[in-house]
Amino acid sequence: MKKNETNENEGLLVRRIKNGTVIDHIDGGEALNVVKILGITGTTQEALSIATNVPSRNMGCKDIVKLTNRELSKEEVDRIALISPRATINIIRNFKVCEKKGVEIPTLIEGIVRCPNPGCISNTNEPIRSKFNVLPKGLHCYYCDWVISKDLTSHII
Amino acid sequence: MELRHLISIGDFDRHEIDKLLDHARQLDQGTYDKNALYGKILATLFFEPSTRTRMSFESAMARLGGTSLSVGSVEACSIAKGETLADTIRVVSGYADAIVIRHPKEGAARLAAEFSTVPVINAGDGAGQHPSQTLLDLYTIQQSMPLDKIDVALIGDLRYGRTAHSLASALSLYHARLHTISPKGLELPATLAAELSDKGMQIVEHDDLEGVISEVDVLYVTRIQRERFPDSASYFNVTSSYRITPELLCGARNHLIILHPLPRVDEIDPRVDKLPYARYFEQSRNGVPVRMAMLMRVMQ
Repeated sequence: MKKNETNENEGLLVRRIKNGTVIDHIDGGEALNVVKILGITGTTQEALSIATNVPSRNMGCKDIVKLTNRELSKEEVDRIALISPRATINIIRNFKVCEKKGVEIPTLIEGIVRCPNPGCISNTNEPIRSKFNVLPKGLHCYYCDWVISKDLTSHII
Repeated sequence: MELRHLISIGDFDRHEIDKLLDHARQLDQGTYDKNALYGKILATLFFEPSTRTRMSFESAMARLGGTSLSVGSVEACSIAKGETLADTIRVVSGYADAIVIRHPKEGAARLAAEFSTVPVINAGDGAGQHPSQTLLDLYTIQQSMPLDKIDVALIGDLRYGRTAHSLASALSLYHARLHTISPKGLELPATLAAELSDKGMQIVEHDDLEGVISEVDVLYVTRIQRERFPDSASYFNVTSSYRITPELLCGARNHLIILHPLPRVDEIDPRVDKLPYARYFEQSRNGVPVRMAMLMRVMQ
């Protein structure tokens, strides 16, 4: 009985996709931020499934994001490491996992986070994207030296 | 060849600073090629008011045989028509061999360096960096004492004062001890204080000037801007407590020097000008040899 319940839940939450990307082991509650950080908006053409706060043996609870017919590049997925460093990426082709990889924190991120400093040149109409060096103390603005050390998600563009 | 921009004092290590100060000293003694930058053109783009920085860069260029170009006021150039800084820099790069820029936005000089095809020198970007001022501050201190392990008091607006930020960062390379005295709300930014502490710098906060005068080798005074306060009364109340007077200096060390990036308003009593401690006018003059060394570094 217990087994059936689990299967039923799995059927609802982890439904297989034919082709695309499954981002698993996202920290619980961060799935919407992951979608945001990947630049996936309401206008996306791909079918997108999000499961939040799914019970997980290792993590307590986790989120899952499934994106059909789109394979995310390494540069795209590494951005996720900023908010969910334990996330894993599964590239699915014809229902099979063809690639499975973790995420690595990038050394530089561009155009993802807005500098909180209102006096920063990156918050003007100049033809540049925001640029941050990823340092142990936080995100360091390449332009104005401002450091974002907490609440990163509130600064995602 | 990679362009040599001078954007932030953080781009220099101690060896590079020492080398540049040594070069400035040689230039200051008058033993240099007066045509070292003959045929070179410096563009000075000042989007904020400046007297000392702009004139000393132009003087430095003239002393080395080069010439300077300027757009005049912001109202007179295409920025007033809505042109981006990036486009202005692309255009001006075609007219000059180096660009000196002052701009109200933080990071403007770094943006300029991205779009320029000639070296860019930051002459102040908002509350950010002002590396040429820091180098001349260090040069002036070094005229009186070695830079290592000195006690330096930063006084005034330490929150928005870019000269204080840059100087504090540079002094951390020389294991200085920093004393800070500032009005409430204008303290050294917490992120900068943490960064300096991480580098091993000791920072001592003081409530009043009397307590610090006898403990330091350098008093670095900065202007407190009136617009930071809600009304004139609270401004005058604060500035009067941060004013350097001859009476206040009674307990000072003999070798104390007083610096100020200028312009001053009420921070230093004019009677202090005649005391041996006062070095702010020499400091201002030192802008020329230091900026000569900077110009030679980027253009030769």
